Amino acid sequence: MTLPPNTKRFLEEAGAISQFTGRFFREVFRPRYEWAAFIHQCYMIGYKSLPLVGLTGFIMGLVLTMQLRPSLIDYGVESELPAMVGIAIVREIGPVITALIFAGKIGSSIGAELGSMKVTEQIDAMEVSGTNPFKYLVVTRVLATTFMLPILVLLGDAISLYGAYLGVNIKATTSFSLYYTQVFNNLSFGDVLPAFIKSFFFGFAIGIIGCFKGFNSSKGTEGVGRSANSAVVLGSLMVFIIDLLAVQVTDILGLN
Amino acid sequence: MSNTEAAILIENLYKGFGSNQVLKGFNLRLNKGENLAVLGKSGSGKSVLIKCIIGLMQPDEGEITVLGESIRSLNQDEMDHLRVKIGFLFQSNALYDSMTVRENLEFPLRRHWMEISDKETNDLVMESLENVGLAHTVDLMPVELSGGMRKRIALARTLILKPEIILYDEPTTGLDPITSKEISDLMNALQKKYNTSSIIISHDMNCIQRTADRMILLVDGIAYAEGEFDTLKASTDPVILPYFE
Ligand SMILES: Nc1ncnc2c1ncn2[C@@H]1O[C@H](COP(=O)(O)OP(=O)(O)OP(=O)(O)O)[C@@H](O)[C@H]1O
Ligand SMILES: [Mg+2]
Repeated sequence: MTLPPNTKRFLEEAGAISQFTGRFFREVFRPRYEWAAFIHQCYMIGYKSLPLVGLTGFIMGLVLTMQLRPSLIDYGVESELPAMVGIAIVREIGPVITALIFAGKIGSSIGAELGSMKVTEQIDAMEVSGTNPFKYLVVTRVLATTFMLPILVLLGDAISLYGAYLGVNIKATTSFSLYYTQVFNNLSFGDVLPAFIKSFFFGFAIGIIGCFKGFNSSKGTEGVGRSANSAVVLGSLMVFIIDLLAVQVTDILGLN
Repeated sequence: MSNTEAAILIENLYKGFGSNQVLKGFNLRLNKGENLAVLGKSGSGKSVLIKCIIGLMQPDEGEITVLGESIRSLNQDEMDHLRVKIGFLFQSNALYDSMTVRENLEFPLRRHWMEISDKETNDLVMESLENVGLAHTVDLMPVELSGGMRKRIALARTLILKPEIILYDEPTTGLDPITSKEISDLMNALQKKYNTSSIIISHDMNCIQRTADRMILLVDGIAYAEGEFDTLKASTDPVILPYFE
């Protein structure tokens, strides 16, 4: 049976990414552990993304609130505004928007960085310097994205909720404590935990795909650009796919 | 000559990529203390050849022996151990562009010798930089250096572990004739100072003439001809002639 070329390429790519992921799990538990490089990556990936994540989160919270208000007024449930916005942010918008921003900023920079290291033989140079480049470059980055994204999501949620508070206050006056009571009274464990857990998967997917694209970059500056670009496209797509799977899983587990 | 005197011995090396057969039974012997140039057209497989020696590529067939050890039989740790004794100067320099010159030079030191002290590291870094006359660039980033300076920093990094064998991949390509001569002279000086054996991949006849004791012509995947520079230069073989024009 012959497959159409696009399907074949897609399957080959999927196979190669699975293999790359498999290699990650083989290497991650085996010494030597690159702690210093891991901490450095957490700083580069986590801390440096904070301003962007904070800003987008703030705007999302604000805008979402302003957009929702008229509909809620129509139904006469304006007082439910904090509760609705809180649920929307914590369950879905916070994790997904943060992950997409993260894929755009970090996925592309990992793809471009490793891609240019690949084509300028820096990865080979590491290997001849007694360093396993997969451990030193890939494992550290994937661990950093996996653990940093959930933290960014929590911080992003908090800032987003603050933006929403300001949004609520544009047309009505609510005290900060009343607003937060309304938000948190309507949030349950089943809202927060699945969102938090899926963020780990988002971070992992974005890291793996960025590294995979960079590590397999083709020669030339054009190849590096393509790696960065496809790291973002595929990384963002994976965020939605994981989101879709996550909602099914929480549904089955009765967490909705 | 006995096998023990060879720094590198390559027998019947085959390496291809899909349908593209690059090396087709290549043989080479590098004696201790010798500088051997490998000359060949672009795309003839010169880089592939030395990447097989250092274990960055796996040969399809054939035997590579480095300092008496068959590299096929080595595990990762043994290979890393052997790599300390082999310096590799990359065609593209391969300087880590996110690191300063100092960090670039420290990298192989700290990775190969985990217990090395800060003082020792610093001394070796400064010694290497002084060897190439660039001690003042220690805190610069690679992007702030000119092409010739980058090549010299790469050379300093290659030599910092005091290797017994050095593999140069086109050390002078892309440099102007004067800088190219400087690099060649530097290679000679360092070779003498540390008494290394080396393989010099090059198209640059001036560099080969200046640095190599002997040369091998890589044509169609095999060692087509070998001998001293003047011997090959005097050849009337129509395959060899164009290389000396
Ligand atoms: N990783 C690789 N995958 C596929 N083909 C490769 C790979 N590396 C090299 N080749 C092919 O092997 C051949 C020899 O390449 P190599 O880089 O050794 O040439 P070279 O002699 O060093 O040329 P130059 O003087 O331009 O550096 C080329 O045809 C190249 O396309
Ligand atoms: Mg080459």
